[in-house]
Amino acid sequence: MHWNVIANNFNYFLIGAYPEGPLGGLAMSILLALGGIFGAFWLGLLIGLMRMSKSRTARNFALVYTEIIRGTPLLMVIFWFYFLAPIAFGHTLPEAESALIALIVFTSAYIAEIVRAGVESLPKGQTEAARGTGLSRYQALSYVILPQALFNMIPSFVNQFVSLTKDTSLAFIIGVNELTKAATQVNNRTLNAPTEIFITIAVLYFIICYVLTALSRRLEKRINRYQARDR
Amino acid sequence: MSYTVDFAKVLSDPYGEWIMQGLGVTLQISAVSIVFSLLLGTIIAVFRLSRVKPLVWFSLAFTEFFRNTPLLVQIFFWYFGSYAILPDVVNKWLYKQDFEFAAGVIALTVYTSAFIAEEIRSGVFAIPKTQLEASRACGLSFLQAMGYVILPQAFRIVIPPLISQFLNLIKNSSLVMTIGVMDLTYMARQIEAHTFHGFEAFTVATGIYLTISLVISYSITLYNKRVLRTTSH
Repeated sequence: MHWNVIANNFNYFLIGAYPEGPLGGLAMSILLALGGIFGAFWLGLLIGLMRMSKSRTARNFALVYTEIIRGTPLLMVIFWFYFLAPIAFGHTLPEAESALIALIVFTSAYIAEIVRAGVESLPKGQTEAARGTGLSRYQALSYVILPQALFNMIPSFVNQFVSLTKDTSLAFIIGVNELTKAATQVNNRTLNAPTEIFITIAVLYFIICYVLTALSRRLEKRINRYQARDR
Repeated sequence: MSYTVDFAKVLSDPYGEWIMQGLGVTLQISAVSIVFSLLLGTIIAVFRLSRVKPLVWFSLAFTEFFRNTPLLVQIFFWYFGSYAILPDVVNKWLYKQDFEFAAGVIALTVYTSAFIAEEIRSGVFAIPKTQLEASRACGLSFLQAMGYVILPQAFRIVIPPLISQFLNLIKNSSLVMTIGVMDLTYMARQIEAHTFHGFEAFTVATGIYLTISLVISYSITLYNKRVLRTTSH
């Protein structure tokens, strides 16, 4: 076994050529995941609320959006935005931006479904009572419904973040300098240690995702206990 | 530089033919992986439910590890790195096959079976514990009780989540293009390289994936409705 290949390139796996060169490796994967979840949360919230809106146009738009995205492989969405940019803007976008947009659009469809399920699982009396005290629809939503629904949805958001972290590896296919790309680069250069390299990379992803999964399980238990006390 | 959208080009000879070939490979690799992942997933789930500690630990480690690492990294591992951990006989046999296809099937199978094992486990938990106790009391062994009493009931509960895992598998199969399996995504990429009409090629491929997904999820809805109707009688 050639574990020295790992030792020699470990820094490259973690931060790429930074600070002499561009940031890459695991740091880039984490940045993509954080940027992705931030964007996907707001877009997903918007689409999820449109799904429950009074306007039929908004409802249908949200339905078509989530169905199309959820029925399509992420890789297709990534390629699609990558090849759409030259048509839309006349020039190609940088790979990282193009991948980030694709990750946001893809994940937002799943977030929208989480939001819808979270809001629909609240008792209907909550909206009725809020409206009954004289709050407008918008006020009822933002002061009464969403704070409760979003709190209950925290574990699902964390799970979605775990999926997104795994999904950032696909950005490699259009050439973003992240962890998987770093692994293939080192593999192409050394050629004698593919087993060691890909096990190391898998373990790096695993550490992040497993910690988050464990966190989401603990949160879920705590939230269930909290709700049980309420009833 | 102006770009004219031209769908006729990517559907004309020979590109239309390429798309159909790619679709064939996608369906083939998905079908093979679905069968194997259902088998492996069931075995892993039974391990988890058994009372043999090492089997439980193995199953736990298997599901946690493969669910929490990216599929793409797993594909690369099986394609580039598996020779060092597999026995020589297996390696020789694998290299005689279509190795890209085999590595793709192994990666998709192992990844999906970890998810399937969890679905089956939660399906089994939904069966009252007394079912197992009663069948053990009748004199069935653990495996007999699982095979004749528990799993047949659990499978009925887990069919909808299983089908959505199969759907995920079909979508995930697009990643095997990275190791050179000539599936639908690979062919779309190929057409892009030949014609520079990447947008149209990927729109067509997306449309095909979407059609497969919608047809399958519509059938689940129908199945659910029919089952609900029969059980409500």
